[in-house]
Amino acid sequence: MNISLLDVVGPVMIGPSSSHTAGAAKLAKTARLIYDKPFKKVRFGLGGSFASTYRGHFTDYALVAGALGMNEDDERLGQSFEIAEKEGVEFVFYPTEIPSVYENTARITFVAENGDEFFVEGASLGGGRILITNINGLVCELNATMPTVIVQQQDVKGVVSDVSTILAFNNINIGVMKVSRTSRGEKAFCVIECDDIIPENVIEELRQVNNVLSVVVVNIKGE
Amino acid sequence: MYKNAEELLNLCNAQGKRIWEVALDNEVKLTGMSRTRVMEHFSGRLDIMFNSALKALEQKQATKGGLVDGVANCQYEYSKGESITGGYINYVMSLAYSCSEVNASMGKICASPTAGSCGIVPAVLLGVMENKKVSREKTLEALITASAVGAIYTKNATVAGADGGCQAECGVAASMAAAAAAYMMGASDDRCLDAAGFAMINVMGLVCDPVAGLVALPCAQRNASGAVNALISADMALAGQVAHIPFDQVVDSMFKVGKMLPPQLKETAMGGIATTPAGQAIYKEIFG
Repeated sequence: MNISLLDVVGPVMIGPSSSHTAGAAKLAKTARLIYDKPFKKVRFGLGGSFASTYRGHFTDYALVAGALGMNEDDERLGQSFEIAEKEGVEFVFYPTEIPSVYENTARITFVAENGDEFFVEGASLGGGRILITNINGLVCELNATMPTVIVQQQDVKGVVSDVSTILAFNNINIGVMKVSRTSRGEKAFCVIECDDIIPENVIEELRQVNNVLSVVVVNIKGE
Repeated sequence: MYKNAEELLNLCNAQGKRIWEVALDNEVKLTGMSRTRVMEHFSGRLDIMFNSALKALEQKQATKGGLVDGVANCQYEYSKGESITGGYINYVMSLAYSCSEVNASMGKICASPTAGSCGIVPAVLLGVMENKKVSREKTLEALITASAVGAIYTKNATVAGADGGCQAECGVAASMAAAAAAYMMGASDDRCLDAAGFAMINVMGLVCDPVAGLVALPCAQRNASGAVNALISADMALAGQVAHIPFDQVVDSMFKVGKMLPPQLKETAMGGIATTPAGQAIYKEIFG
């Protein structure tokens, strides 16, 4: 049986809907983890069924709660609007079209004090599971159930090996690694799911590798 | 390894273990967690289930649209007096109502297998545990048994109302809970699965028709009736009623029935009681 019992009896969450409430909170929380900087405003573009049914399922409260860093089982989820106001975070919702095969999609844009913007797109897959599909223009597919490193690099020999060596040297075990590229010799990506949290000094080390263009880390605590 | 009930029972027989033990072994292998850690997770989930089953019994919760505010307290108060089915059945119904009311009011619940059907497994576990003086340890084993049944549906059919209608949510939840109740009463593994099959057969084809698209009406009521369905299905199995259709074939037929249901009856609020004049009036009142 490849279905976890804890996925059958779970998630532990704030109601009423695992896809529209728990999934939405998780999506926004993950987006915040990816962005990992202070922001003064957040815009939520809602696609698919999120756009039509978000009010009845408190998708809006869940998204704001996630952006504020709350988990899907945080009992303050229902007060997220007031908490955002107290913390001085503005938020806005708008309907949008997000090309996706999934039914419940959102584009979450963080706006920094200086006006800089950063967006994360993803989908709620049901049962509280999510998929991140775009990180500020970087198209990807990550479930965000484990600490994940996303490296964008020039497609040349040795980069993948350098990256994995740094992880190994820092005692970080790689669970799953996917490498893809736009075309030969151009931009390539590694999505690396690890068993351990990636510390800041390791992220910095990865950024220093020759031909690495960018490094994004999602430090989700896995089990 | 197993992928369905038949293979699960074969493993139980070959290893001399109960369903929950084989399922727990599999979970340890699958997740890489220790046995102790998995049991801690289950124990934590049982606590959350019981909390949500008790929370609204005396304290009315405020829900979006107000459709199910106070449903648990209503049934709970009634359970203390004269009734047709007796205090116990009415109490179990109130426990299931409580979970649904907590869910609809943005309270904390444990999806089992979904948020919309989160009241059935807790109501049955707590109801049987209290009434039959079953130990917490055995109740935890029953919860794992229920999860193993749920995993068989997840793997071979569906537990999403949007894919299979309410039979895939409250039907599966009742099926899981029936196996758990039978286990708590000392049933053998195959009898537990018979109970699971009876519960599904009782509601096969049940549609998902949420009024105003909210997880409230008729969800809360179907959690209450689903919990009772689980109890009577367990009693059918314990009485020795013959399950002529093997559990795996029940699961398979439920999946096919779900596919046959039109989209209007699968969580879109475009059929069933959602589109009755009263249902539409409620929609207008809430969303304008």
